[in-house]
Amino acid sequence: MSTLKLDLESYKDLLKQYIETQNEQALYRAEQFSKHSIQQNITPDEIINVHIEALLELYPDIPSNIQSSLNFLLETMISYGLAYQEYQALREKQLELQSEISVAANMQQTLLSTTKPEMSELDVGAISTPAKQMNGDYYHFVKDQEGSLGIAVADVIGKGVPAALCMSMIKYSMDSFPDSRMEPSVILEGMNRVVERNVDPSMFVTMFYGLYDPDTHEFNYSSAGHEPGFYYSAKNDSFHDIEAEGLVLGVDRSVKYEQYTQHLDVGDMVVLLTDGVTECRTGDRFIERDEISDVIHQYKHLSAQEITEQVYRHFERLQDFQLRDDFTMIILRREV
Amino acid sequence: MNLNIDVDHEGNNKYVSLSGEIDAYTAPKLKETILPLTQDAEATVVVDLQQVTYMDSTGLGVFISALKSTKEYGGNLKLIQLQERVYRLFKITGLTEVIDIETDSTVRGGM
Repeated sequence: MSTLKLDLESYKDLLKQYIETQNEQALYRAEQFSKHSIQQNITPDEIINVHIEALLELYPDIPSNIQSSLNFLLETMISYGLAYQEYQALREKQLELQSEISVAANMQQTLLSTTKPEMSELDVGAISTPAKQMNGDYYHFVKDQEGSLGIAVADVIGKGVPAALCMSMIKYSMDSFPDSRMEPSVILEGMNRVVERNVDPSMFVTMFYGLYDPDTHEFNYSSAGHEPGFYYSAKNDSFHDIEAEGLVLGVDRSVKYEQYTQHLDVGDMVVLLTDGVTECRTGDRFIERDEISDVIHQYKHLSAQEITEQVYRHFERLQDFQLRDDFTMIILRREV
Repeated sequence: MNLNIDVDHEGNNKYVSLSGEIDAYTAPKLKETILPLTQDAEATVVVDLQQVTYMDSTGLGVFISALKSTKEYGGNLKLIQLQERVYRLFKITGLTEVIDIETDSTVRGGM
């Protein structure tokens, strides 16, 4: 109030000037006055109070009914003032939360980061973009002692912070597997027990695990309810789904996962994704899986990394740059 | 996006009819309605999804909770009349193997 009291004189001058001349200049200064008041956390009722005081000083003989009506207005504005103060407090609180979430998001980024492997046999591309700050998708590359490449892709059901926390648990469990060669079905069975024991009943995780052997060019894989990927045959220039049956992680402790094998010839590709890709929709229309393979086909002359980026940009454009879900895509292409 | 939920009781048989979309916004409401129904001993909860045009993975989470809860209380959960796109989600996630889902001609698109 004290700062404003100092300003009473200038407000009075301003008001007088406007009443007498009604010029733009005074209106502009009034705007400055209100901006300054907002900065000083001055509430609307305080401004009305100043207005009444200024008016009474300028026109002492205002009719008493007008005077009462001004007081009435002042009373009415007091609740607005309170609401405004509450709004300010919430705004501060929100900024605080936002900065906490971005710290957590950065930390998650560091925790979940994985290095894309460099292999002469295989061209690897990977992209993963969260819809909000925290990513509920996860992918991970690991090379075992025999030189095989393990690739995990997972999607936590649920979005935002809880999903991200669950993802960190997945990451730690993955890290705790030994370096020796691990079959995809064994990994999923282990992960299933971890998830079943540790997460809320309404939460579950879909996961795909593949193991590429550069000597035999065999891609072994198992799926725990994960969105099917694509296999591209260079010889036939065609895509088909990588079908694999298996229950999502975290529902039934005793479930067994079947393991499948796909042989890769030179130029063949394996495309892994999460349902953020297939659940894209534009208005009321859903993206069909054929559209995804068509877009990949269109860019197949590019490197694996460039293909993933082009596909991402394509669907980002279709959704007006507003992702509804986290988007993850990995492409492996046999080089030699 | 909206989800309408209608519940009919007939003794231990509960019939839940849904229409609209099940996503992160409507799933909490569905969970609040369905879970208490599954907590009556030996209840049979039938969920009709004929009018559900869209469901995302958050919806699956609700049905998994419901499944676990019916098992715990000795009841049954059954889903009927799923549209093709919704059925596909249950199929991919392997849940068709653990949840009783009516897969006769009412599954549209012949999956």
